[in-house]
Amino acid sequence: MSESVVDPDEVRHVADLARVDLDDDEVERFTEQFADILSYFETLDEVPEVEREAELTNVMRPDETHEGLSQDEALENAPDSEAGHFKGPKVS
Amino acid sequence: MTAQAAESRELATVIGLEVHVQLETETKIFCGCSTDGGEEPNTNTCPVCLGLPGALPVLNEAAVESAVKIGKAIDASIPEETTFHRKNYYYPDLPKNFQITQYDSPICQDGELEFSHEGDSRTVGIRRAHLEEDPGSIKHAREGTGPLDSRTTGIDRADYTLVDYNRAGTPLMEIVTRPDFRDPGEVRAFLEKLEEVLEYLGVFDATRDGSLRIDANLSLIDAEDVHDDGSIDEAVLEAANRTEVKNISSHKGAETALAFEASRQKKLVQSGREVAQETRHFNETHGNTVGMRSKEEEKDYRYFREADLPALRVSHWKEDIDIPELPDARRDRFVSEYDLSEEAASKLTSTKQVADFFEAVAERFDADLAATWVADELLGELNYRDMLITDVEDRFDEIERLVELVADDEITAKNAKETVLREMLDEGDDPDAIVDREGLGKTSGDAVQQAVAAAIEENPDAVADYEDGDDGAINFLVGQVMGKTGGSADPGEVNQLLRAELDG
Repeated sequence: MSESVVDPDEVRHVADLARVDLDDDEVERFTEQFADILSYFETLDEVPEVEREAELTNVMRPDETHEGLSQDEALENAPDSEAGHFKGPKVS
Repeated sequence: MTAQAAESRELATVIGLEVHVQLETETKIFCGCSTDGGEEPNTNTCPVCLGLPGALPVLNEAAVESAVKIGKAIDASIPEETTFHRKNYYYPDLPKNFQITQYDSPICQDGELEFSHEGDSRTVGIRRAHLEEDPGSIKHAREGTGPLDSRTTGIDRADYTLVDYNRAGTPLMEIVTRPDFRDPGEVRAFLEKLEEVLEYLGVFDATRDGSLRIDANLSLIDAEDVHDDGSIDEAVLEAANRTEVKNISSHKGAETALAFEASRQKKLVQSGREVAQETRHFNETHGNTVGMRSKEEEKDYRYFREADLPALRVSHWKEDIDIPELPDARRDRFVSEYDLSEEAASKLTSTKQVADFFEAVAERFDADLAATWVADELLGELNYRDMLITDVEDRFDEIERLVELVADDEITAKNAKETVLREMLDEGDDPDAIVDREGLGKTSGDAVQQAVAAAIEENPDAVADYEDGDDGAINFLVGQVMGKTGGSADPGEVNQLLRAELDG
């Protein structure tokens, strides 16, 4: 796979979707890295084909409540919280 | 096209809907957390609905059953196999950065719903209906020291975001119609019917806040492009620029938003300008729609199969699961079985609670009495007070007792309605207590008989007039008896008793 697979505009678009701000140096660096990562997938072409295992179907659970997390536990990993809520930057 | 040419164009409005309804299950769609939102934020969560690493979703059987019931009710097909996909986008209401939804094999396909609008029967096609998880709820807040409620604000004025994941993972059904609506009034009538059907199925609770959310697509086409049978060519629809209006949460809101949007687009077209294809936000307070910054396109969602959820093969459930009699069928049956008018039958089948209550009363007493008391008196008084049938659901036995008092002739129908029912609703007392307190019990036979005898004895002139052939004199005597019994005697009965006494 050639390096032209990914261009800088594509990287900017993906960054935009992920709400990540990249400067020009980063765009350049990521353009190369994206191309590298995509090329790794070519390795998959070398994997021999195997019979797929029969897929499971209809895996369901009954509609019964289970004890979940307390508010404190739920917020334990949050960098910031307020009045029982997860707190984050403003969004657009 | 010149502005003049544009002005002379006859336009037709084309509307399609995406209706999101919360399914009434005990637990969330992929985990065992309760769906009762709860007052306190983040108290109904677990590693699955918080999207913590390694947590695995397991599908709630009841959500699938609800989906199949909806499929049956809208006459959709349930495909042999149906699967789940991840819809990727970054927004804080989605803890996983993707929403589990269905993409190319929704659980319900190609259905329809019939409803009536302005006296005409209309049928709208339903392209698909699929299962998905509800995101969490977001508050936009401003910095400050006051209580949080006073600092929550619009998205544009916010300093930061607060997120509550209690709602995240609540099962949703997204019902997508064909672009078959031609005016906003039709949309409202359709939504009312849809809600009625969903409530009959017992899969939906309209009184729950946020249980119904609507996105609507609206475009204008040349009226001459609508064929005689109402159909429109796919190419014409493709070519028309449409707007998607989001943030609609009620029937009335849908009608207001779409009426605004239709007239906004008409003004643009008639002044020779183009309608921009965009997403617009409905502002319920102002009754208008406002353009939103452009959102992701379909390809940006990078849909791919949710590998943690095996495929579903439930097409046979359509035969295995029974659904209750739906409103239309029940209305027709009420007309034939109870000999009711179309109008009364429609009123009585408007919600399942009303219809069930009517049938219970009709079985105990008789259909006419039940229809009068449920359709006219009860619904009338509730409506007057802006109350719903669900507000008195736990008092049905008291209302039945009131009907019994009337049926057994213990109180007059007039008193039952004008005093007892009204006081029941206004003060919350039970009917017997009100009858006692107000002294409304019909006076017993003996007391009426005594009053009749006394009236005859005390009014010899009126008796003489009656005996001389002045039939009007009887009315005077009836009045006297009614006065003596405090109005609780039955005037017709008094009249007969007097005549029996005087003619005898």
